[in-house]
Amino acid sequence: MATERQERTIQEVKDSDPVCDAQTGLKFVHVEADQAVAYITRLRDVQGYTHLVFFTAIDYIEDSIFRLTYMVHNYASRQDLGVQVDIPRHGTTMESIHHLWPHAATYQRELKEMFGIDFPGSPGLDDSFILEGWTGIPPMRREFDTKLYSEQTYFPRPGRVTHDTTAYMKEKLYPSEAETW
Amino acid sequence: MVETVKHDPRSKFPPVDATSGKSVYNLQSGKYMKVWQGPQHPGITGNMSLELTVCGDEVIDCKTHVGYLHRGFEKLMERRRYIQCFPLVCRICVPEPDFNEYLFAEGAEELAGIEIPEKARWYRALTLEMARLASFLMWIGGQAAAFGMGTIGQWTVTMRDYVLDLFEELSGGRIYHMYIIPGGVRADLPAGFALRVEQTLAQIGKVLDDVELALMYNAVFKKRAMGLGVITPSMVDEYGITGPNARGSGIQRDIRKDNPYLVYDQLEFSIVTETGGDAYARTWVRLRETRQSIDLIRQMLEKMPTSGPFFQKLPNVLHWKIPAGQTYKKAECTRGEYGFFMVSDGTELPRRIYVRGPSYTHAVTLMEKLAINVNIADTAGLMVSLHTYPPEIER
Repeated sequence: MATERQERTIQEVKDSDPVCDAQTGLKFVHVEADQAVAYITRLRDVQGYTHLVFFTAIDYIEDSIFRLTYMVHNYASRQDLGVQVDIPRHGTTMESIHHLWPHAATYQRELKEMFGIDFPGSPGLDDSFILEGWTGIPPMRREFDTKLYSEQTYFPRPGRVTHDTTAYMKEKLYPSEAETW
Repeated sequence: MVETVKHDPRSKFPPVDATSGKSVYNLQSGKYMKVWQGPQHPGITGNMSLELTVCGDEVIDCKTHVGYLHRGFEKLMERRRYIQCFPLVCRICVPEPDFNEYLFAEGAEELAGIEIPEKARWYRALTLEMARLASFLMWIGGQAAAFGMGTIGQWTVTMRDYVLDLFEELSGGRIYHMYIIPGGVRADLPAGFALRVEQTLAQIGKVLDDVELALMYNAVFKKRAMGLGVITPSMVDEYGITGPNARGSGIQRDIRKDNPYLVYDQLEFSIVTETGGDAYARTWVRLRETRQSIDLIRQMLEKMPTSGPFFQKLPNVLHWKIPAGQTYKKAECTRGEYGFFMVSDGTELPRRIYVRGPSYTHAVTLMEKLAINVNIADTAGLMVSLHTYPPEIER
């Protein structure tokens, strides 16, 4: 059963068909997290946004939020609509949309792995997608430091020496002039 | 003991778990066997693997595994200036890297409010169409080779090499061209380039005639490709299918027509469709689109302006701050809708760049569905017929 708030959102959607920028054919709308799936369902079933183009997240660590972006496309009006939902970064859970588009489960599986966002009920959510056996923090979160990770994980091969290129080439090319440097 | 839905013991398919919806089978029973196809190129499409469960020689369950080519492009780009991202993006897709360059440049230009010269728009379209042609030629080779006709693959891969020669002349690079850069393109066309393009196109046209005769009317190919991996029109929106995979099922959709970019609204072409929905129909679509690419390149060479600037000067790119904003740019690559979602927070580094590759849906969810009931010998052919490319799944 839709809550009163969800009903109100659905009514708002009914009243205002999102109009995209005439030049780019693109528009972004912000929706509250608890109304997002009802809104997207209506976009798909009533307003003709039948194609889920992609589903991803943006990490705004300074505001402690993830901004989920569902990009949907309407083939009749040739418009793209980005539905954006802000959810808190900690204890992150979002309603799944795999019942609307089966391939959304893949996007949600990736978001779980890369951002740590949970989508209860989404098929195969906990199966590793790209990172097999990963135990660290989800790597697409802003606090994951790629440079620090590579310094801790990988190390220079022994037996290799790093030279200062200018000095090294001088020594190699003009050894007789070494005293004049 | 798991509770399963009603199951006929005579069926070759194993019972299905009532809770998870997954198949339940006992590999010790001798009836089922697991076969791993890949990750070493199951049908020349790049490194990913298919975990196939077979009963006899028929696939009854398929699970895809990706991650062999993950290089963290999206994460790396969050820590680089816009111009430093540029050499990274083309590496997301080897057969047609130009789409990455174009979409990245277009996104950055839109956010920064930069207009590029008319000539650069034509040069960009020419490069993209040449990339499409090279990618299609490689694909035809893969599709034929997956059904045991490697000779056809050698013909078309040779032709692709001639296109790469043209790219080398144009940009200095055969695979990664880095020709389309923010602000326009990197160089003017070399003298006599149009003539050499025309010579190559004429050569490719002749080979395509041979390919059509040798492949499309070949009894073995017809027998194996017809009815393989049928995509029904109702599946197209359900699974987010785009490009030739959708057009092979009779769906008239092409971004070059529906949301024209660059100069496509000034060119004459129609959307190629077939109605079969199977691997054979998709092959027809791609073969005809290859010819269409040749025609479009000829039209561009004829119509493009011969004078004027090809580059709009940018601010100092090492300190280039792009105003806060977000955009989504898309284009029709050989596999379908390719897109870049770019978010800027007004600093010198991008906040988020998301790459939407068509293989994301085609190679994972769709492949897992279509592989069921396919003969194990045809899975490579099925995968190539979807024209998937794993690096754009993993980014």
